[in-house]
Amino acid sequence: MYKYLIILLSLLAVQATSYASPEDTTHTHNALHESGDHSHGACGIEHETEFDAGSTALHHIADANVYSIGPFNLPLPCFLYVPTEGWYVFSSSKFDIGHHGTGHKAINGFVLDGGTVRRVADESFPKTEVLVDGFKHSDVDGKFVSHVCYNGQLYLTDAKSTADFGVFGGGITSFYDFSLTKNSTSLLLMTILLIWVFMSVNAAYKKRKGKAPAGLQNFIEPIFIFIQDDVCKPFLGNKWEKYLPFIMSIFFFVLVLNFYGQIPFFGGANVTGNLAFTMVLAIIAFLVTNFSGNGHYWKHILWPPGVPLYVKVILVPVEIIGVFIKPLTLMLRLFANLTAGHLVILVFISLIFIFGNSGESVGASLGAAVGSFFLTMFMMAIELIVAFVQAFVFAILTASYIGAATEEAHH
Amino acid sequence: MTGSIAAIGMGLAVIGAGLGIGNIGAKAMEAIARQPEAMGDIRANMILMAAFVEGAALIAILLSFLVK
Repeated sequence: MYKYLIILLSLLAVQATSYASPEDTTHTHNALHESGDHSHGACGIEHETEFDAGSTALHHIADANVYSIGPFNLPLPCFLYVPTEGWYVFSSSKFDIGHHGTGHKAINGFVLDGGTVRRVADESFPKTEVLVDGFKHSDVDGKFVSHVCYNGQLYLTDAKSTADFGVFGGGITSFYDFSLTKNSTSLLLMTILLIWVFMSVNAAYKKRKGKAPAGLQNFIEPIFIFIQDDVCKPFLGNKWEKYLPFIMSIFFFVLVLNFYGQIPFFGGANVTGNLAFTMVLAIIAFLVTNFSGNGHYWKHILWPPGVPLYVKVILVPVEIIGVFIKPLTLMLRLFANLTAGHLVILVFISLIFIFGNSGESVGASLGAAVGSFFLTMFMMAIELIVAFVQAFVFAILTASYIGAATEEAHH
Repeated sequence: MTGSIAAIGMGLAVIGAGLGIGNIGAKAMEAIARQPEAMGDIRANMILMAAFVEGAALIAILLSFLVK
């Protein structure tokens, strides 16, 4: 008992000192603002004094072209395509990444602002490797606009290239970004991990046939049996074996990525909290459900039997909308739960800077660090449960949709 | 006072979902207390029903983001 108490107290001390020592607070304060120490004077970029917890948290859960682990910035390859100029392939270390993914250099008209590659479409901006003086962020009609400062002049940068129709400030802009980002790198890493784990477990089942499971088998088998018996068998009826690989793939893929995003001080890649990622999963679930749907399923949607005509007029449109609502909620549920969890943790950590008045009051930030430690630990414990439950819910809902679509008529 | 009216819409949607999920949880606990041997089935169905209720709230939140 005493042992755990001592460990807890020493952790608390480490937390407090690492967040609230006077030098470190001011240092982190600088780091929390884009190009804080490079923007004095140039182009009239003011040094921000107000700490904005919301935008800091949103910046941390966003995808990035650089993988930041603590103070280290691991560069990632950039594959950029401009319709009029062709392909550009280089490593994002060429941007000379500083605090918070702000590039000190511009390459071929591309700049790195807050970890995201942006392009300066202006013809007068040099297309070679040049030093830039900083970024100016402003709010135009509720939209985030970023200007880059070069040679004492401000140049407008295009929004980042995303396929989310501009929901998160991106959209189809003057360039296409096919780079390996933080999220896609995590995605590939976890795919390789899953393939390796299941290959080795598969080999172990073949080698140790009829014997007790060993090693990794012990870890995978209970989870696998749980999903097989509680999700696949009750919801998929007698065709459960046909859809078992699909449900298992979805479950383990989402589970591993959820947990990967929870590892503290490890980049916190928010893959399952990315709308594009959950959309692809939902589209796959939608296609599998509707392509395996039998005549009985379609009949009940398009011409429900045993219902008077005036009810059919209301019921048929509702059923048709329901076909699309199902994958839509699958997509939003996973995204909203994971994003909310990451945001709450980041806002709790931001409390230190809010109470400490951005490094001016050390005592208050020390006190807030103690409170924030317990709040964050509590939230992370909740998030571990949420990570499992959301993977389970995704699997169980996909199974129930497929089960409803493949059910045989029994009347 | 500044802010978006969409936030009020989000709050109202969450009240509805909260009542719904609370009811599901309460009834599931009651059912487990009556019949502890059916715990596994009740738990799976409880999560499924909670997910459906949550779906309605999620659509409301999405609409409050999009419709301005």
